[in-house]
Amino acid sequence: MSPKSANVGIVIVSHSPLVAEGAADMVRQMVGDCVPLAWSGGNAEGGLGTHAAGIMAAIERAWSDAGVAVFVDLGGAETNSEMAIEMLGEPRSARVIICDAPLVEGAVMAAAEASGGAALARVVATAEELSP
Amino acid sequence: MPANAALIGGLIEACREVIAANADHLSELDRAIGDGDHGTNMRRGLEAVYAERSRLAELPLPKALEETGLTLVMSVGGAAGPLYGTLLIEIGRHLAGANGQIDFARAFEHAIDAVARRGRASAGDKTLLDVLYPVHAEVVRRAGLAGIAEEAERAASLTFGMKAIRGRAAFLGDRSVGHVDPGAKSCALLTAAICRFLEEQCPA
Repeated sequence: MSPKSANVGIVIVSHSPLVAEGAADMVRQMVGDCVPLAWSGGNAEGGLGTHAAGIMAAIERAWSDAGVAVFVDLGGAETNSEMAIEMLGEPRSARVIICDAPLVEGAVMAAAEASGGAALARVVATAEELSP
Repeated sequence: MPANAALIGGLIEACREVIAANADHLSELDRAIGDGDHGTNMRRGLEAVYAERSRLAELPLPKALEETGLTLVMSVGGAAGPLYGTLLIEIGRHLAGANGQIDFARAFEHAIDAVARRGRASAGDKTLLDVLYPVHAEVVRRAGLAGIAEEAERAASLTFGMKAIRGRAAFLGDRSVGHVDPGAKSCALLTAAICRFLEEQCPA
């Protein structure tokens, strides 16, 4: 197993595919390839919105046994992310956490922390320190 | 009582039909206070359920409800997918009571609570809950099907005067007043369609 799979994964969920992809691109450029990273943006038809199936697929892509930290923009993104996490089923759903943090800054900080091999709780806490 | 398969298949057709007929209107309501896609999203969801109707109709009712809910979650998107999905999944999971008897009112209550938790909303926030709670009250007091449908419509129209607390509409604050909530409206339409279908199937 390659060492990178030991690091916590990061998932970015936005109503806009451009925002989600752009934020993921920023994380990738700043942190490199050492964290599993995926994004989901837009509804099933490619318009603005979020959908649980797409988020679930993103979590699968960024899956790490160390867990996955999810970053969301507006309310629907959070609701759909919760649903997607539930649908993963136990025990995996317990290893995915939605962070209460700004999307871009949160994802970058979390990825930096994750790249050092920090545990999921530490990664989430680092991101959430950004929230007042 | 009709056979299970005919009941499930018929309910799916009735719901698909009412959403197809009102999708444009629902999106129009959503354009006023949301992002304008509630009708499109709901139509996509009901079409996905309709496409699976033969498989769903073969399942026992609780399982059919759960699977229909999952299909809605996967296909509707937005906030409506998880909310309607949670409603059906939770009704399905709680339908069988302690003694194995079907207890719809109890399952419905569990499910509405789950929807409220999922959306972090409560009564009066201008959401589909403002239809679900009054409909549940009618079910509990064993109102007739026509009465339940009427109450659902009345409850949806009452969201006109409410200020949105949750969802995209909440960003509008006071400007959300004066518009019927699209989620409440779709909920009332579906309730009425279900009541009409059941009344045709099992006349009092």
